[in-house]
Parts: sequence; structure tokens; C-alpha cells
Amino acid sequence: MPLSDPPVISAHRLSKHYGDFHAVDGISFDVPAGESFGLLGPNGAGKSTTMRMIGGVSQRTSGELTIMGLDPEEHGPEVRAHLGVVPQQDNLDEELRVRDNLLVYGRYFGLPMSYLRPKADELLEFAQLTEKSGAKVDALSGGMKRRLTIARSLINEPKILLLDEPTTGLDPQARHVLWDRLFRLKESGVTLILTTHYMDEAEQLCDRLVVVDKGRIMAEGSPAQLIRDHSTREVLELRFGSERNTTVAAELQGIGERLEPLPDRVLIYARDGEEALEQVISRGLKPVTSLVRRSSLEDVFLRLTGRSLID
Amino acid sequence: MTEPTPSVASDDVVVQQPYRLHAHPPEISASRARRFGSWYYAEHVLRSMKSYRWTLLASSVGTPVIYLFALGVGLATLVDRNTDDAFGGVSYLAFIAPALLASAAIMTAATEFTYPVMDGFKWRRVYYGPHASPLNTDQIVNGHVLAIAIRLMATTTIYFVIVAAFGASDSPSGVLAIPVAVLTGLAFGLPLLAFAAGLEEDRGQFALVMRFIVTPLFLFSGTFFPLETLPVFLRWIGWISPLWHGTELGRALTYGYELPVWLAVVHVVFLVVLAVVGLHLARSVFARRLGK
Repeated sequence: MPLSDPPVISAHRLSKHYGDFHAVDGISFDVPAGESFGLLGPNGAGKSTTMRMIGGVSQRTSGELTIMGLDPEEHGPEVRAHLGVVPQQDNLDEELRVRDNLLVYGRYFGLPMSYLRPKADELLEFAQLTEKSGAKVDALSGGMKRRLTIARSLINEPKILLLDEPTTGLDPQARHVLWDRLFRLKESGVTLILTTHYMDEAEQLCDRLVVVDKGRIMAEGSPAQLIRDHSTREVLELRFGSERNTTVAAELQGIGERLEPLPDRVLIYARDGEEALEQVISRGLKPVTSLVRRSSLEDVFLRLTGRSLID
Repeated sequence: MTEPTPSVASDDVVVQQPYRLHAHPPEISASRARRFGSWYYAEHVLRSMKSYRWTLLASSVGTPVIYLFALGVGLATLVDRNTDDAFGGVSYLAFIAPALLASAAIMTAATEFTYPVMDGFKWRRVYYGPHASPLNTDQIVNGHVLAIAIRLMATTTIYFVIVAAFGASDSPSGVLAIPVAVLTGLAFGLPLLAFAAGLEEDRGQFALVMRFIVTPLFLFSGTFFPLETLPVFLRWIGWISPLWHGTELGRALTYGYELPVWLAVVHVVFLVVLAVVGLHLARSVFARRLGK
């Protein structure tokens, strides 16, 4: 896209504090129209808070934020009218039927029933829920509820779609169906902003992403670029048995670019994994198992956000 | 769940169709939401009531019938035989009918402004859907209140029709007891809405409200006997009770119970103030909680 086009979302030193806790701590990014932009990070990293500020439902503590050139705090209804929102937790009205959820939501945008009725049917088709049109929301599976939430978010034909952990808790089949639907939206020119802690999801859907931890941006780039910048091309995984992994690590020094001993295995980050494995064997070490694989976003993620559990 | 095999035909349906129709631009959505947002949310609440319509109708008809038979016919026979002029020269049925009408509004408001509010914030998080739309939080509150006011209007109208059928309202101004009952319901319900919106979890507070606020109000607000027959140290319950204020107004309207104008004004002002203060509190609690 030409550089002259203003970004659809622009955040500059955006912060949100709850008392002493800095949920979001000065993050800056721009999202051009049509891009699929991901916020990747562990639980509590500030992803959802950022999404809620973009969504115009949570006030920032400081910094600047514009959506379609508008400040959500001054032009809340205008900003929200541009968006489709898929929240982390479904909030469908379970007292309404499946199709009625779409109609009622469309009314919030002042859309007339003459538009909403056919539109609701089309979106149900899109979400593969046509047969469930008259069903109670209670009766839907988790994946179906998620697809209904996505269908609902599209009722106003938004150009920007905010998805907060869209596939968390879904089985693989349901996730793939969802990814397919989201990919079609992306193809039709919708700007997608999504948070996730699934690396495969980020790789599938995001043109560009930021890794967020403790309210700050740790890295930014396309999935491939992040792997290039923060990891090696390949990873060699070695298992020597739980007791020996750490002791063996000392003898592995100098192989590959970086060495990471874990309780259950030792990781060697190298450009060429097979070559690294030959060096290991030539030093007379005999791993129980060895595996050479391509570096993934997960390696980048764990490197940047650490391996300790975040609760 | 299986993915359908992609084909030209299914592509036409799945991909082309969603973009054939077009929504009006976001600017129009926003300006409509700014103007009519409260109505939009009220529409939602009323639609979701539709799934209960038979239950609602049955209780709207059944409750007055039961009360009027038990108290207005059963108890009244005994009371009317043994009292001369204790109820201002009218039948016991005529005396309690406006009180029952106003209590029905309070009972309905007490149900609508408790558990459904917890549902909206916590259980099914229904409020968070519209919150992400162009509506603002004040409109969500207004819309909810508007829908409940409409429900109260329907319930008390049915109640009034049944009361009239029992012959308990002979004055033409009696119809005005309906809006008075709705106001009474809101005067009680809106502060309750603010309270319910502030609760993080239900640890039985709503059951306590029913048992220790709604029930005493029902019994001690001059409902079944004039407030003056209570000892002075219990009369304050009536004075602070929206039910008493609403009932006094209702009596003046349905059977010409003598009420000085200044006192009628006090009753109305009391009810309006409670409702308005409750509404404002509720709005600020909603804004704080949804906008975290």
C-alpha cells in the first residue's frame, strides 16, 4: 500500500494502569488498512487490555490512540461503529435464538430489519450455522458459539475486526474452520487485529505481529522475520534422560549458536541442525533421542517471554 | 463438524453472498446509536422476554386473581362485616386493590432488577455485547429500565383490568393508578438496580432483599390496614417505603380517598426522587464496571 495512506489504527506510548499495576506500559504500533496484525503474549501480558482500549470500551491512562483517525474516548460511538468485536469470552444472549442474536446486535447499529434479515441469513451461511438458525444458543457447541460470535461481529460489515483469543478452548477441527473463515475475511480486505497465545494461529493468520510481555512490546515483525531475528534456522532437540541433561550441557558448549538446557531435554539452536548433531556425536555423546526441526515462532516466544509459568 | 468440499457453487454461496448487501456507513450507525441507542437496547430486552411470554402472561393474570380472591373476596367478607368505617367508607376490596397494584409493580421490579443484572455482568455477560457496539453505557441502563418500565406497564394494566372487573375502581381517574404503580415500581427498582450492578457475586444478597426489604414493605406500608393503625414506632417503615407513597396516591385515584394536594405532591416527589437518584447511581456503577 502507498505510504501516504494513514494507518487505520495508531497507538503511541499507549498505557493503562490499574493503581500500581501497569497492564499496558507504553506500547506503540501502527496498523495499515487490510493488514492482519497480531498481539502475541502470555496470559496477563496486556493483550486484552490493549484490545479493549482499541475497542473503545476501556479508557487509557496515557498515550495516544486513534482508530480511523478518531480518538475512541472522544468519539466512542463513531469508533465502535467501525469495528466488529469478538471478545475473549462469548457474550451471546442465550435467551434469544441463534438468528435473533444477529438481528438484535444489528439493531445497535441502527440497521433496518430489511437489511438485517437477509444479512443474518448470509452470515449464518458464512459461519456454517444455517441449520442452527432457530436453535437456542445453549444447544450450540463451543466452536459453534464462537462462529456465531464472529458472525455477529460482522453484522455491520466492519472494515476492522478485533478478535481476542478467537480459538482458545476449541478443538482442532473447529479451529481450522474458524481460521478458514477469518482468512476469507482477510482476503476480502478486512483489517484483522487478533490476540493469541497460539503460535500456529499467529503464523497462519498474521502478516505482522508484536510479542507483548508485561505490558511492553518485546519484538515486532512478520512471523518469518521474528524467527530470523530471534532464533536460528533450525533447532536440535536432544534427550539424555532427565538426570543427565544439565550435566551433559557443559560438554556441549560451543556447538551451534545457543544452548538451552531444560529439565527434559537440551536445545541447540543452529543454522544446520544435522551438522550440530554430528558434532555432538563426534564428542562421544550419545543422546537417547535426537530431533532436528525448523525454528518456530514458539522458540521466539519462549526466548522473549521466558519459560517460567505466568499465572 | 466437517468442512464442505469447496466447489464453485459453494464458493458462490459462501464468499460472494456476504458482501452483496451493504450496511449503511459507520457514521450513520453512530449517529443513529447516539439518538436511539436506549430504544435499541430496550428492544433487545423485550425480545428476550418473548421467550418467557407465556410465563409472564400467566403470572400477570394469575397473581391478581389469586390475591383478589383470597383477600378481596375471602378476607374482605369478614372484614367488611366487622368494621364500620375503618377504611374510609369503602369496601375492603377497594381499599387494598390500589395497594396490591403497586405491590405487583414492586415485586416485578424486584425480580427484574436483581438476577438479570447479575446475569448481564457476570453469568452470561449480556451487557458486554452492546457495550462493544456504538451504544454507550448510559443507553444500556436506560434501555434496560425502559424495557422493564414497559413490562411494568403491561403487568399493572392487566392487574388493573382485573381489579376493575372485581368492581374495585369506580372512579374514572382510577386508570391513572397504572402509571402511579409503574412509578412506584421504578422508585423501588432503580436503587435496587444500582445495588445489584455493584455486586461482584451473588452470596444470597438478593434473597435477603426479598425477605427483609420487599416483604416488610409489603406488610407495613399501609397495604392491608391504614398506616395510622400501626404504633408510631413502626410507621416510619411506611414513610420511607415507596409502596406506601404509591398506594396513597393510588387510593386517591381509584376511590376518591381524601388526600390533600400538598401531600399528593410529596408522594409524587418522593417517588420521582428515588427513581432519579437510583437511575443516576446505576449509570455510574455501570460505567465504572463495564469500562474497567
